[in-house]
Amino acid sequence: MNESLLRELIPAVIGVLVWRGADFASAEDAVQDALVRALDTWPEDPPRDPKGWLVTVAWRKFLDQARGETSRRGREVAVAVEPPAGPVPDTDDTLALYFLCAHPTLSASSAVALTLRVVGGLTTRQIATAYLVPEATMAQRISRAKRSVNGVPLDRPGDLGTVLRVLYLVFNEGYSGDVDLAAEAIRLTRQLLSMADEPEVAGLLSLMLLHHARRASRTRTDGQLVPLAEQDRSRWDSTLIAEGVTILQGALARDRLGEYQAQAAIAALHADARAADETDWVQIVEWYDELLRLTDSPVVRLNRAVAVGEADGPQAGLAELASVDPTVPRQRAAAAYLHERAGDLDLSAQLYAEAARAATSLPERDHLTRQAARVRELLRS
Amino acid sequence: MKYLMLKHYRGGPTPAVPFAPMDQWTPEEIDAHITYMNDFAKRLQETGEFVDSQALKPEGTFVRSDGQGRPPVTDGPFAETKDLIAGWMIIDVESWDRAVELAGELSAAPGPRGEPLHEWLEVRPFLTAHSKFTE
Repeated sequence: MNESLLRELIPAVIGVLVWRGADFASAEDAVQDALVRALDTWPEDPPRDPKGWLVTVAWRKFLDQARGETSRRGREVAVAVEPPAGPVPDTDDTLALYFLCAHPTLSASSAVALTLRVVGGLTTRQIATAYLVPEATMAQRISRAKRSVNGVPLDRPGDLGTVLRVLYLVFNEGYSGDVDLAAEAIRLTRQLLSMADEPEVAGLLSLMLLHHARRASRTRTDGQLVPLAEQDRSRWDSTLIAEGVTILQGALARDRLGEYQAQAAIAALHADARAADETDWVQIVEWYDELLRLTDSPVVRLNRAVAVGEADGPQAGLAELASVDPTVPRQRAAAAYLHERAGDLDLSAQLYAEAARAATSLPERDHLTRQAARVRELLRS
Repeated sequence: MKYLMLKHYRGGPTPAVPFAPMDQWTPEEIDAHITYMNDFAKRLQETGEFVDSQALKPEGTFVRSDGQGRPPVTDGPFAETKDLIAGWMIIDVESWDRAVELAGELSAAPGPRGEPLHEWLEVRPFLTAHSKFTE
């Protein structure tokens, strides 16, 4: 049994312990212990019934823990040693766990960490490595998050919007440590869609698949970013694109548009163009109009201005850009790009250099620095 | 988001409250200062915001290459460089505001007579290793 199959069992096992009467936080701790042991012993000695093994080991851990606590307080053991009679229930609490882990009271980083551990079945160590913090810090972050949602009942629907935001944050983290977080986010969104068949869940899954399809072409082997227009389109994963488009079409047909569907529609139009100059920018601008209507965020305004620049020429794009707050990330990068296309190389080079100084990631800073250098070279020649 | 809180021995804006170097404090004042710093780091560990903390010795040497096949050239140590870094703490927090709030707390570590130092700390955001989608 490989690790990802093992991970898939985790939320259900937590659900069983909660059903047997454990509180969420203790159940989750016990299952994490069982998971770490499984990762350690299963390669040598795989169980016949993996889920049964996890339930047994986790339940024993939970009882040990509960007994330890009650005896410390000098009271009777409150929890029955034997699990309730009858078969393990068929109901699945996994959806409830998604809601719990993305509870609106949690900070984004806590919700991400909790989701990866509880629903994703990752170990604390794996999450800590992926987010480049010490394991002790990540353990504390998760345990605080659990404490703060421990009283939340699992039998009521939560906020799907926050769940989607958390999954998209995980997806955006990409690949770090030994876990492919983008692939993990796709797996979790796929699983969510199977339990909550909503157009926006489908929209997010489609968006992720369409982005993921271009991953191999987005960076060179040395880590350099490759802009969309320069990507080798033969390296785009056509299977993922086809799946993303099909899922999107199904969602759009239900006529309940949301921001993820609109973003996926834009990604689909990019994926649909065999060459950069065949991109249907007019339709992309229309989708940005929809997106603005849905969200009115400065980032969307910025992206829309760039699309207008492609559809109607750089001057039109710059006119749109004028209404975008200059402190929005990438505002200067967009201005640099549009000014270069408008022929003002001096200003473009200067803006690229400023954009590089304002960049928030290392690959982006290096990319923008190279762009500034490229435009300055054009100026000299 | 990760931030570096950088502590300078020298450099930075004019001190709000001038104070004597630590070796001229009383042992109790030094203990109180160190306890405050340790407690601060411990508290950040408990909130899940601590990443790393390191202190540096003040003396350093400048090193540069001197061409292939030749040993590196060293210069210094210099007793009086303009800026001198004492150490740092790295935090992983939800926002810039939280980073500023924490730096403010760290800056209030007690000094002589147990008074808060109000020393200047430099807060610098890390560049992330990944770029979010731009398209």
